[in-house]
Amino acid sequence: MSGGTGESRIPAAFESEPAFVPYLAAGDPTFEASLAYVEALERAGADVIELGLPFSEPIAEGPTIQQAVVRSLDGGMTVERYFEFVAALDVDVPLVCMTYYNLIYQYGDEEGPEPFVERAAAEGIDGFVVPDLPAEEAGPLRAACDAHGRDLVSIVAPTTRDDRLQRLVDLSSGYLYVQARLGVTGARASVSDRTTESLARVAETGTDLPRAVGFGISSFEQARDVIAAGADGAIVGSALVDIVAEGHAEDRPPEETAAELEALGRELKEGALAAAEPEASQAD
Amino acid sequence: MAEQGTFEGYGGRHVPEPLEEPLAELAGAFDQLKNDEAFQREFESLLEHFGGRPTPVFHAETLSERYDTEIYFKHEDLLHGGAHKLNNTLGQALLAKRAGKERLIAETGAGQHGTATAMVGALLDMDTTVYMGRHDMGRQEMNVFRMRLMGADVEPVERGNEGLAEAVDAAMEDLIERTDETHYLVGSAVGPDPFPRMVRHFQSVIGREAREQVQELHGDLPDACVACVGGGSNAIGLFHAFKDDDVAFYGAEPAGKGLNSGQHSAPLSATEREDPEVFQGMRTRVIDDGTENHSVSAGLDYPAVGPEHAALQELGRAEYHGITDEEALAAFRELSEAEGIIPALEPSHAIALACKLAEADRHDTLLVNLCGRGDKDMRTAAEQFDLS
Repeated sequence: MSGGTGESRIPAAFESEPAFVPYLAAGDPTFEASLAYVEALERAGADVIELGLPFSEPIAEGPTIQQAVVRSLDGGMTVERYFEFVAALDVDVPLVCMTYYNLIYQYGDEEGPEPFVERAAAEGIDGFVVPDLPAEEAGPLRAACDAHGRDLVSIVAPTTRDDRLQRLVDLSSGYLYVQARLGVTGARASVSDRTTESLARVAETGTDLPRAVGFGISSFEQARDVIAAGADGAIVGSALVDIVAEGHAEDRPPEETAAELEALGRELKEGALAAAEPEASQAD
Repeated sequence: MAEQGTFEGYGGRHVPEPLEEPLAELAGAFDQLKNDEAFQREFESLLEHFGGRPTPVFHAETLSERYDTEIYFKHEDLLHGGAHKLNNTLGQALLAKRAGKERLIAETGAGQHGTATAMVGALLDMDTTVYMGRHDMGRQEMNVFRMRLMGADVEPVERGNEGLAEAVDAAMEDLIERTDETHYLVGSAVGPDPFPRMVRHFQSVIGREAREQVQELHGDLPDACVACVGGGSNAIGLFHAFKDDDVAFYGAEPAGKGLNSGQHSAPLSATEREDPEVFQGMRTRVIDDGTENHSVSAGLDYPAVGPEHAALQELGRAEYHGITDEEALAAFRELSEAEGIIPALEPSHAIALACKLAEADRHDTLLVNLCGRGDKDMRTAAEQFDLS
């Protein structure tokens, strides 16, 4: 794959138009099928892809993502396999590794996150999202990312207080992951007012980081609405993972599942773009 | 994260961002209320009149003679509900109510903590939902009935191994979804800050009472305190009052089928020592990946341990030893026959360790936390000892 050296390609991905940022768990349900699924999402127009590195004890992930993690682990996914997976991917978009503190901090012989970041960077990972990394302990990972030209993406929630918000914004690079609503991951019906409010609060910090909204987005309308609400990107996880889960449960050929992922991916990307088109339609 | 939320680098608050603020608020409420006299009076009054405190300390004469060591038991099995759990559930529920929460949620494995939560939910008229793995519900039917009788919703958790770990996940998700009105009543001295120090605070009544009572009976402090450790709330509750005394601490961890068997729940005494990990919101010690989480005692089969115990071990302040299923069952029988007290299988681990320490002649006086009664373990006992 084409990454591997130089700087993160994430900032450029948000420059021209609203971004579609899909998530899949790497290796769900098998190494080969998962490669095809990620590649299908690139064809659908993904601008950045969040690639989950499964951890056996994720905290506060909804059942959809948890089951993806279980399938992936059952399929033999390990940290080493994950790096092989990234290397084997034939995609040109920036990749974000979404995983947990333990896996990053326990990799390699040296203490701290440096060995993991170095290896991930060499294989083509552009950035990291680590949901259970407290901002207070993020210093070493931030430093390792800086040393290797990678991004560290902070998650902000509707409950995040202003002083913490500033801290998370200061810590973050690449983009900010703005949670659309309170809750664990999972497809939901509508975009909440709290999304608009969260985006406004982030804007007040004066940051110029792109804001990608995630949690609960599953349709053209929702992707359109979050962009209209002021987001620079729409993150979609559970709705895509549901397709993988169903394909696995029904024993469908991987090509069929890949085609379905691509179709939903296109719809979501189009939704994101629809909001940016002529000023008029989505003002409120 | 509050600085007092770590113990020598263990603990902390490793949670997804949506939980950070609710936990910071909880920590704030706790810091404020723990020194509030009216709150403390209400807590103590309910512990006395509803819970039956103070629980006595008992000098076990037969065992003391047999092992040539003075052995004292702190009778937490006599607390309402039959275990030490109520100290914590009552404290947290009162705090939650003061903080304006209307609803309690809890996880439970064997059902003891769920039952103690259902008790305070009924007492304080708060909506209570207990998450319990479907598999555990089958094994612990009586506790499911008890919880429902007291008005709690018992939500079956049907994912993964349908056990305690999955119940914790389900409770976390609920907390994120309904954080404004909900307090997650964590059942042991584990999880993200402020839970380990908050649970210790409410459980430390055990040691405060026992410290006075032993001195009254024995004329002096004990040489050592012994308690079982799963998450470690009864142990930290006993130890804390003695922390500045010249009193040794011993934790009995569940060694299951043996520390080398690959089936135990004893991260601190395991022979394969792993680096600390982040687990369920805290940095602590966890059994290694190759070990199956197992104990004959449902209240101890937790793959990690409360962060303060990991710190006490590292500081050399406490020792932790593995007690096998077999050793615990033998102690369960021995105490029943010798003293007419049927202990739960959890404190049977502490009793077994106390007897070992006595045999090794390490100390003259031992104070053991008898943290629960054995009624719930009768089926295991009946099968094990052919009582039918």
